[in-house]
Amino acid sequence: MRAVAIIALKEIRDGLRNRWVVATTLLMTALALTLTLLGAAPTGAVGTSGLSATVVGLSSLTIFLVPLIALIISYDAIAGELERGTMALLLSYPVSRGAVVAGKFLGATAILSIATVAGYGAGGGALAIVGEAADPEAWAAFSTMVGTSIALGMVFIALGYVLSAAVRDPRTAGGIAIGLWLLFALIYDMALLGLLVADQGRVMTAGLLNVLLMANPTDVYRLLNFTGFSELSQFAGMAGLTKQVYFGTPVLAAMLAAWIVIPLGGAILLFNRREL
Amino acid sequence: MSGVTVVLRDASKNYGDHVAVQGVSLELRGGERIALVGHNGAGKSTLIKLMLGLIRPTAGTVLVLGEDPARRAATKSRSRIGYLPENVALQPSMTGEELLAFYARLKHQPVAANPKILSRVGIAHAAHRRIATYSKGMRQRLALAQALIGDPRVLLLDEPTTGLDPALRQTFYSIVQELSAQGATVLLSSHALSELETQTDRVIVMNQSRKIADGTLAELRQRAQRPVRIKVTVGDDHVNLFPKIGANALEWRRVSERSFEICCAEHEKVTVLRQVTSGDLSIADVEIVDPTLDDIYAHFLYAEAAE
Repeated sequence: MRAVAIIALKEIRDGLRNRWVVATTLLMTALALTLTLLGAAPTGAVGTSGLSATVVGLSSLTIFLVPLIALIISYDAIAGELERGTMALLLSYPVSRGAVVAGKFLGATAILSIATVAGYGAGGGALAIVGEAADPEAWAAFSTMVGTSIALGMVFIALGYVLSAAVRDPRTAGGIAIGLWLLFALIYDMALLGLLVADQGRVMTAGLLNVLLMANPTDVYRLLNFTGFSELSQFAGMAGLTKQVYFGTPVLAAMLAAWIVIPLGGAILLFNRREL
Repeated sequence: MSGVTVVLRDASKNYGDHVAVQGVSLELRGGERIALVGHNGAGKSTLIKLMLGLIRPTAGTVLVLGEDPARRAATKSRSRIGYLPENVALQPSMTGEELLAFYARLKHQPVAANPKILSRVGIAHAAHRRIATYSKGMRQRLALAQALIGDPRVLLLDEPTTGLDPALRQTFYSIVQELSAQGATVLLSSHALSELETQTDRVIVMNQSRKIADGTLAELRQRAQRPVRIKVTVGDDHVNLFPKIGANALEWRRVSERSFEICCAEHEKVTVLRQVTSGDLSIADVEIVDPTLDDIYAHFLYAEAAE
C-alpha cells in the first residue's frame, strides 16, 4: 500500500511538472465557463440560463473531452516506461506490478479529478454568483455530473492501461487510443442510431437497445446523468429514451464501476503476464 | 568472505522460439567482483533480469539472497539488491534529489542518506537541477546513485561503463571496489572484457545463450593458452645472424629487416628470452606482448564456435 501511495504521489508531481494538470484544468474551465455563460443559446436566449441546461451542456462536453484526456494521460504509462527502461528499474525495487498499476491509476485519477472539479466547479460557481437561484435537484444533478465525469475518466484511464500493457510500442498504443476514443465517443452511438433507423423496430427491441447502451461507458454516463433527473431528460432530448430505460441509477452506477474495475484488473493481469 | 548470494541451477529462459539463456549454473559470493562478458545478445541482460526476478526461468532455479526473486514475497529481499539497467531514461522533469528520494522511499530507506550517495557519485552540485539539464555522464552517475541506495548486498550493473569517459569509469571502479570490500557481490556486464580492465576477480563468459567460461582472469589466461609474442630487434651487423639462432628451436617470423617475432606459450616465455639473449647476438630492443583481455575473450568465443 505504501508503494502504491509513493507511486501515486510521483505521478501527481509529474503531472504538475509537465503542465498536464494546468493545461487540462484551464481547458475544462474555459469550456465550462463558455457553456455556462452562453449555455442558453440553444434555448434561444443568450445569457445565463438555468443550472439544468448547464449540466446538460457540460455532460455532452464530458463525453468528448474527458475520455480523450484520460486516454492521453494513460496510453503511455506502461509501454512508454518499458521502452525508456524505467519500468525494469522500478520493478527491481520491492514493488509488485499490481502496485505499480494501482499507484499510477490513483495518480492519474487525481490529476483528472483536479481538472474536472476545478473546471466544472468554476462553471457552477459562476452560475451561483450571476445566475438565478436553482432548485436543489438541479444542484444534485450538477454534483452527479461532476462525480460521474470523474468516473468516466477513470474508465478510460483503465482502458488506456489495458492498451499500454498489451502493446509493445507506445506509439501503437497511442494510435489505438485514438481509435478507442472515436469508437466510444462518436462511432458507436452513430452506428446504433443508424441501426435503429434501418431496423424500424423489428429486431431492435428496447431490451436489446438497453444492453447495447451498457456496452459503451459513455452511454452509461449519459443515462446516469440524463435519465436520473426528469428536467434534464427534457433538455437533453432523451425523454423518449427515459421511458424505455429498464435500469435504475444503482444498476447504472454499478455498470460504470464495472467499466472501471474490469479493465483495471485486466491491465494488471496483462502486465503481470508480460515478459520484460 | 560472506556466503553465497546468487545461485543459478540449470537456469534457462526462452522467449517463444528464441532461447535467451540455456542451462546456466553459477554461484556468486559476497565480496566478489564478477565480469559478465559476451556479445550483444549473448544472454547477459537476460541473466541479470533472471537474478532480479523481472522474468521467470523457463527451466531451472534462481535464488538470490536465499529467495526466488520472481516470487511476490521476494519484494523484501529486493531492498538489498541494487540494479543499474543498460539503457535508462530517467524522468527528465524531476531533479536528481527528487528522483533519488522517490527510489529511497520505495526501498524503505531514509531519504536523509541521499546527499551522501549523491556526493559519492559526484553530482551533489547538481542535486537541485532537473535531470533534463544533465549530461550523459551525470545521468549515468545518477542511475548508479539509485543502485547504491540502502547498501545493497548484491549489485547488478548492466553495461555500466559502455561509452563513458575514463574519469567516470574510475569513479565506477572505486565504488565497486569499496562495495565489494564491504562484502557485497558486484556483477558488471560488458561486451568487451578489456573495458573492465583488471577490476574484477572473476570472469564469466557468455556466448549464444550459454556460459562458456567461468574463472579468475589468471585461470582463464591459463586455459586460453594464448601465445606470448616476443619481438626482438637486432643490431645492424647481426641482421643475418638471428634466423640461424631462431632456426634451432623457435618458431619465428621476420617482421622487418631488423625485427623478428617469436610466438611461444606463456610458460616458455622466460626460457625463450634466455635463449635469445644468451648468444653473442647484439640486441637493440626486446618487446614482450602478453595476450590482451580481448585475445583471451576471443579465444573462448572461437573455441566455442569451432566445436
